[in-house]
Amino acid sequence: MSMAIVDMLGFSVGAIIRHPLRATLMLLAISIGVASIVILTGLGEGARRYVTSEFSSLGTNLLIVIPGKTETTGTALNIFSGETPRDLTLLDALSLKQHAQVHRIAPVVVGAANVSWQQLSREAPVLGSNSELLELRNWKMARGRFLPGADNTRASAVCVIGSKLRQELFKNENPIGKKIRIGDRQFRVIGTMASGGRSIGVDVEDIVIIPTVSAQNLFNTPSLFRILVEVRSRDALEKVKQHIIKTIKARHQGEEDVTVISQDAVLGTFDRIFTSLTLTVGGIAAISLTVAGILIMNIMLVTVSQRTTEIGLLKAIGASQHQIQSLFLIEASLLTAVGALAGIAIGYISNLFIHYMFPALDNMAPVWAVAAAFLLAVCTGLIFGAMPARRAARLDPIQALARR
Amino acid sequence: MIRLTDINRVFQVGDQQVHALRDINLTIDNGEYLSIMGPSGSGKSSLLNILGLLDNPSSGEYELEGEVVTHLSDEQQAVIRSTQIGFVFQFFHLLPRLSAEENIALPMMLAGIAAAERRKRTRKILDTLGLTDRAKHKPEQLSGGQRQRVAIGRATIMQPRVILADEPTGNLDRHSGHDVINILENLNQQGMALIIVTHDPELGERAHRKIRFVDGAITVDTGSN
Ligand SMILES: Nc1ncnc2c1ncn2[C@@H]1O[C@H](COP(=O)(O)OP(=O)(O)OP(=O)(O)O)[C@@H](O)[C@H]1O
Ligand SMILES: [Mg+2]
Repeated sequence: MSMAIVDMLGFSVGAIIRHPLRATLMLLAISIGVASIVILTGLGEGARRYVTSEFSSLGTNLLIVIPGKTETTGTALNIFSGETPRDLTLLDALSLKQHAQVHRIAPVVVGAANVSWQQLSREAPVLGSNSELLELRNWKMARGRFLPGADNTRASAVCVIGSKLRQELFKNENPIGKKIRIGDRQFRVIGTMASGGRSIGVDVEDIVIIPTVSAQNLFNTPSLFRILVEVRSRDALEKVKQHIIKTIKARHQGEEDVTVISQDAVLGTFDRIFTSLTLTVGGIAAISLTVAGILIMNIMLVTVSQRTTEIGLLKAIGASQHQIQSLFLIEASLLTAVGALAGIAIGYISNLFIHYMFPALDNMAPVWAVAAAFLLAVCTGLIFGAMPARRAARLDPIQALARR
Repeated sequence: MIRLTDINRVFQVGDQQVHALRDINLTIDNGEYLSIMGPSGSGKSSLLNILGLLDNPSSGEYELEGEVVTHLSDEQQAVIRSTQIGFVFQFFHLLPRLSAEENIALPMMLAGIAAAERRKRTRKILDTLGLTDRAKHKPEQLSGGQRQRVAIGRATIMQPRVILADEPTGNLDRHSGHDVINILENLNQQGMALIIVTHDPELGERAHRKIRFVDGAITVDTGSN
């Protein structure tokens, strides 16, 4: 004595299409909710992918030494005592080379300066480093040479420029040997970078690279922005990390004032941050489903009150309360399921459009978010359809059929 | 066989009690043809609703085929409504979105009978009702008499033991009313018990057993045989 599922579905579809406007309204409410989940989690996921790909371009055997101590309780104390961390110096960087497992060391100074040649001039990011940076970051030269000397502790007025900057300043002229002005100093161009390659948000095509000490002079600072250390093997990462901390500590009068991070740690952190961001925006979007749910409940209540005669009749010809309830629940969940599918489609199309507008953003919604949105929508239909369905099931058939 | 013992039905309306049925004792044999008459509000429909398990008595016992059905669960009562009882109403109560044949097949669908079997049985009954060429028509495209015939088809498609007809001709002209009564009497001759509530004396006289209701109680019962 139980109705076949296909019959239930067929019966519900028949009831639904009798009121196309009502059905459209419910579909719309649900699909907007689901589409916003798909779009927002897509954006969150896109941001996460963007940032992690930025950082994974660093290379897996890389350690980054940055001034200042984080991650221990010492941080808080430092903040309150107003102590600032000691600067990282070029000599600190060069001292790290002693360890057998250290393959390359590249000190990094960053800043921005006006770069000009003849009448053309523009603001550009300036990177101070040494010859090791090229190999360490896997960059390619288009022309000429990269910076000289790995252990260079003297300033020299040479520079390497990114491909876009070269194009803008020199057009089709050969820049090698030309003297450009960076800030208030003259630098001779000794090489140009090949296009492609990114580095933590800095577009390599857009930068000027000069020797470390030249950059320090230019920006009038004795300190380094950070030190990049390439380790010979992945297994040695932790050992080298401890070595770096110990060495710098010894050089800084026993003060442990640097932080050494590996790419894994950075990636992990960003991954966590962006995953929770995605969850948050997805959750906010999910709240809109509750609104849709309330709409569904109201529409279903109207439906039930309009179909009292039908409900009474169904009981008279042998439907149990349970069957009536199932029929209305199926109707609600059918509408929400179709609405959810439409919402997923709308979300996908919107994501494609956003991706088309911002190609750098790989904003495909994660599968778990799409699945969760669908399930959530169907649950919303079941939860908010439950009350109207129960009301239908409890309806007094005599009253419904009486037509007094 | 139906046996009602001391059936009372009391409705609470605000702080007033309406006694729709008072101490009804009634036995109806299988295959009987029975008419119930009486003034408006005398409790005829209330009795039919209890007989059809759409309503439960306030007190008393209802026995159907030797089984006391008064305190069965909703689920169990639904099974009995589905398999043993066929309702025919004054206002037809066809589902407007379903065609004639779909309306007739509805009880079978609820009972989970397979589509092929449903089609077979529906076709047969449409034929006996003279509605074969109206199978695909919606109720609004049918005359009153045709609608009531569809409703009778729906009431009998599950081969019930009893047909409960509450003023089945109340909404029909004389001619189609006769058609409907003929069909119902035919079904009675095939063995289904037929219980008709009516205000039409001529129609009431046709039944083999006549019951008169006044104020919720049976005042006349011409008795079986
Ligand atoms: N659901 C209800 N709630 C309250 N009172 C009811 C209800 N159903 C019936 N009654 C009352 O019970 C009494 C019997 O009603 P019932 O419908 O059985 O009469 P009836 O004989 O069928 O009348 P009619 O010939 O007009 O159809 C009436 O007084 C009616 O008002
Ligand atoms: Mg009545």
